[in-house]
Amino acid sequence: MANARLAIDIGGTFTDVALDTGAGTIGATKVLTTHKAPEEGVIDGVLRLLGSHGLGPADIGLVLHGTTLATNAIIERKGAKTALVATQGFRDVLEIGYEDRYDQYDLGIEKPRALVPRDLRFTVPERITFDGEVLKPLDEAAVEALVPAIAAAGVEGLAIAFIHAYARGDHEARARDILARALPDVSISISSEVSPEAREYERTVTTAVNAYVQPLMAGYLGRLEQRLQAEGFAAPVLLMTSGGGLTTLQTARRFPVRLVESGPAGGAILAAEVAKACGEARVLSFDMGGTTAKICLIDDGTPQTARVFEVDRQSRFAKGSGLPLRIPVIEMIEIGAGGGSIARLDALGRITVGPDSAGSEPGPVAYGRGGTEPTVTDADLTLGRLDPDGFAGGTMQLDAAAAKDAIDRAIGAPLKLEAETAAFGISEIVDENMANAARVHAVENGVDVASRTLVAFGGAAPLHAGRLAAKLGIDRVIIPANAGVGSAIGFLHAPIAFEVVRGLYVRLADLDPASIETLFAEMNAAARPIVSAAAGGSELTEARLAYLRYVGQGHEVPVALPTGPLDQEDLRGRFEAAYRALFGRIIPEAPVEALSWSLAVSTPARPAVARPGTAAPAAGAGEAGTLRRLFVPEAARFDKVPVHARSALGPATRLAGPLVITEAATTTVVPDGFDVTVHEEGHLVLTRRMAMREAAE
Amino acid sequence: MTDMNHSGQGAGIDLIRMQVMWNRLLAVVEEQAQALLRTAFSTIVRECGDLSAGVFDLNGRMLAQAVTGTPGHVNSMAESVRHFIDRFPIETMREGDHYITNDPWRGTGHLNDFVVTTPAFHEGRIVGLFSCTSHLIDIGGIGFGPDGHDVFAEGLSIPFLKLCDRGEMNETLMAMIRANTRLPVETEGDVYSLLGCNDIGARRLSEMMAEFKLDSVDGLGSHICDVSRRAVLAEVAKLPQGVYRNAMTIDGLDAPIDLVAALTVNEDGISVDFDGTSPVVRKGINVPLAYTRAYTAFGLACAIAPGIPNNAGSLSVCDIEAPEGSILNAPRGAAVSSRHIVGQMLPDVVFGCLAELLPARIPAEGTSCLWNVTLRGRAKGNDLGRYGFAVTITTNGGTGARPDKAGLSATAFPSGVKGSPVEIMEAAAPIVFWRRELRDGSGGAGRHRGGDGQVIEIENRDGEAMDLLAAFDRIDFAPRGRAGGGDGAAGTVRLSDGTKLKGKGTQTIPAGQRLLLETPGGGGFGAA
Repeated sequence: MANARLAIDIGGTFTDVALDTGAGTIGATKVLTTHKAPEEGVIDGVLRLLGSHGLGPADIGLVLHGTTLATNAIIERKGAKTALVATQGFRDVLEIGYEDRYDQYDLGIEKPRALVPRDLRFTVPERITFDGEVLKPLDEAAVEALVPAIAAAGVEGLAIAFIHAYARGDHEARARDILARALPDVSISISSEVSPEAREYERTVTTAVNAYVQPLMAGYLGRLEQRLQAEGFAAPVLLMTSGGGLTTLQTARRFPVRLVESGPAGGAILAAEVAKACGEARVLSFDMGGTTAKICLIDDGTPQTARVFEVDRQSRFAKGSGLPLRIPVIEMIEIGAGGGSIARLDALGRITVGPDSAGSEPGPVAYGRGGTEPTVTDADLTLGRLDPDGFAGGTMQLDAAAAKDAIDRAIGAPLKLEAETAAFGISEIVDENMANAARVHAVENGVDVASRTLVAFGGAAPLHAGRLAAKLGIDRVIIPANAGVGSAIGFLHAPIAFEVVRGLYVRLADLDPASIETLFAEMNAAARPIVSAAAGGSELTEARLAYLRYVGQGHEVPVALPTGPLDQEDLRGRFEAAYRALFGRIIPEAPVEALSWSLAVSTPARPAVARPGTAAPAAGAGEAGTLRRLFVPEAARFDKVPVHARSALGPATRLAGPLVITEAATTTVVPDGFDVTVHEEGHLVLTRRMAMREAAE
Repeated sequence: MTDMNHSGQGAGIDLIRMQVMWNRLLAVVEEQAQALLRTAFSTIVRECGDLSAGVFDLNGRMLAQAVTGTPGHVNSMAESVRHFIDRFPIETMREGDHYITNDPWRGTGHLNDFVVTTPAFHEGRIVGLFSCTSHLIDIGGIGFGPDGHDVFAEGLSIPFLKLCDRGEMNETLMAMIRANTRLPVETEGDVYSLLGCNDIGARRLSEMMAEFKLDSVDGLGSHICDVSRRAVLAEVAKLPQGVYRNAMTIDGLDAPIDLVAALTVNEDGISVDFDGTSPVVRKGINVPLAYTRAYTAFGLACAIAPGIPNNAGSLSVCDIEAPEGSILNAPRGAAVSSRHIVGQMLPDVVFGCLAELLPARIPAEGTSCLWNVTLRGRAKGNDLGRYGFAVTITTNGGTGARPDKAGLSATAFPSGVKGSPVEIMEAAAPIVFWRRELRDGSGGAGRHRGGDGQVIEIENRDGEAMDLLAAFDRIDFAPRGRAGGGDGAAGTVRLSDGTKLKGKGTQTIPAGQRLLLETPGGGGFGAA
């Protein structure tokens, strides 16, 4: 029976493949991403992994897939030649944008380039009001008249985004029908389907991005499907979305914008599953790789979601410098803090770290591939957190002397600090940057970060997670098994889901429960078939949200709704509870309004069929192999600390930090003041000793 | 926790600890600003970010300001906190107190800006102050425009008052505020929003002090101010000492206004004197000195020390004066509602002084003042007085070309606000935009072109007449190019039948007519 599952995560450098054999084993491999034809790398990795487990294509029941290909196409501006058709008078929405500057003091800023140049931005007479009335009917002849210019430009993708189309989509649909007939080879996206919400800039960008990546993504997905079939795979392929759900190939081809950042979404799903397995209700997930760190809040096993994501931020990851996409996403913040992040001194003699990264080429100085500027990895090595002889399972020798020299040159000498102290400064600043990002993210979501458990994965996270936890006042840190391929493992757990959002303005005082029920019924009818097509008969759940605010405010608060007809008083109570939780106080008696409504249909998240790391647990309680010289920040000096191999730690383990735990893909630093135990499923659990004492008392 | 001073690497560790706490303080005020943005009612705050937020020590020194926000608010708010302390001595402040003002001379320059200041406590002791500002859409009077003959015509004046006493709202004051605005719901909501964001800041500061085991922020504050001041002075020291002059003429009210500056670089820092600038005018485009200082200091920071955080230390390097009675130092009582039109020109005036010193950094002149479109009129279902709606739409022209690249089209500078989304403004007021596009070719010619302005066309949706509270400049005097670059296109304000409107003052857009605006283009840089 075909009950094994494959998960494939295509990243910028590596393609990760994970296999759940269906018989209690998880396997994983990494191959280089083949940018010209990504499906080649996928097939290579898949066949290699299956071979090593003695399985073949016929054993696979389901293929799960996420990728950053769409994100990279946007960042590298390698999408299709795309045109835009807008309402007459609104040719430049994409270029006018927010009219602001993301850095107030920098006279030299550049704004992100519009995805559609001005000569490919067309307009037609038509006009709709915010409440869905037609002020000016669509001039169909004018639409028809655009055909020669669009055809002559050799356009592959076309976006149609009319003013207030979220309130009424028939003008856009009609324009699409006219253009599709005349231009059968052009992929057309309309804003009332891609992103039916108010604010013309975000909606137009989202629609344009969808059109921009559609030819590329549809082409790639089609080729992948063919290649898989040719190799003998009969299993359905489901795509991971930015929102953390899985969807069909067909839907992915229509709305490829929803695949942006689907890799990191998989990481958040993994963290959610680990949280459930360990009984953690309030989690902060922390994914730190070579270039960036991603932080996400997870409550009761569900990652936080949002409705807007900024892609392609200009250089410094500065908020507001990218393209805003209005799509359902797993809410995370990404900052330029990774192992490759470069450390420098600013004009004030302060240490700065990142956001630019040495990447893998040239990489940190310690890699010996020509890097000259010190990075976080160089600091970690200098502080004794990494073993120069044991990096990447011993396949790569690190040059500790060169790393230390670079730190001394760039930071230590100018500040008159010893190289080790300077390395500690680099490490502290990057940890503080991440801690601050986590705090701001937490307040934006109205949560208390200190009461959470940190789940850390990605190559660099386990080195920094302990110190980050100390800074955030967090008492418990979990390092999942197989953290190195975290995102792909996460795909294996993801539910099949699709979320639909509709804009409909309602004053709470005028709420007509029947009309809202009708709206939800329509949304259900749109979402359910997409999910059932891939759900294989699994039971579907429905989650409803309303986005509410006080009349006169501009930003809404998501409020969970019961299924079934709404009640005005009940809805107000739910809103006030949510508002108070976020902002501390409500505004007495102020009227409330709803802007939009969302409905998500999903299968339950998959209980892990086989937990990662299910190799027979080691019996040992942890015999220290060696001692290593490690900088202990709590004591502000170097100490000799024990080094343990993760594979040797069994469930009976209980060790006191400071110590180091090594494995092929990463190293876990257990700080002074923390104890470490091993969860039955192989996760490392770090607990602050003070907290343990209190719990015991 | 180990006492770090006693360890071998103590001094270095202490330095790093200071840096970490400084970063944290910046994160705290950013949280404060985000909370304000997300709870605001005023469209110009919530959609455009016309706000500011910062933390102060007990001497009223600003230690950190949020990146989110706009310069005119920040630097003038920095001064206003000292006035709060004068009026309400620190030892009288209690936990749960909040203080408010909209005094244009001791706040941020006009009655529309509410400033709320809140003491922050840690373990029962007062340790600092949080302050924030937002721009309210309507504060009564004749509305947000330059028509008032004095400040009393411009709306409700709130002296320095206690808004909340140990958690108890001052209901008398709230009732006065509600009764004196055309938008009572929004205005009351914004007051709550200001309180709430300071509360969040105060809570975070206390948590930070617990974590770092601090009893006071004095040591940290002095570190921040000293390091920042020294860093700005180091930048100033790179400039040749001397006096550098510039003059710029703008449209003004009835007659052109000359903005004249002498900028002196010496070893103590930089001073700017606006001696020679035109006198106050009879209507509301006059600028209180606090606002003059705010935008002048901002211009200097952009040109000389863009990477150095704004705080009492970095601000202390600049000394800014304007003769009393000049339009840049309007006496108390003068009409000041639209002070941004003139105030936002000041970075360009400063840039003109610095152009020869910093030829690789200083851009050409830009539109500089916001082209805010304030409209009011009748609205269905709202019978409050003659005006059922009042709305301010934020728009911009182009910025000046840079020495190495083009200017930015349709972009605010020096203001830090965002443009208003058409779809949101049409839901907020009975208006229809028929056009909002780039004004092709309006940027000045040159080796690098100035940024383009916009073309905007607005009509009343109900076919009614409505008022335009015009507050525009750079119609008679376009932004000038630099180093041989061409001037940007001047702005225009017209009706759809071609009738030219005045750049300033309330005028009627008759039923059936549309308002047509062309915002200015930025100046070009270098000969083409």
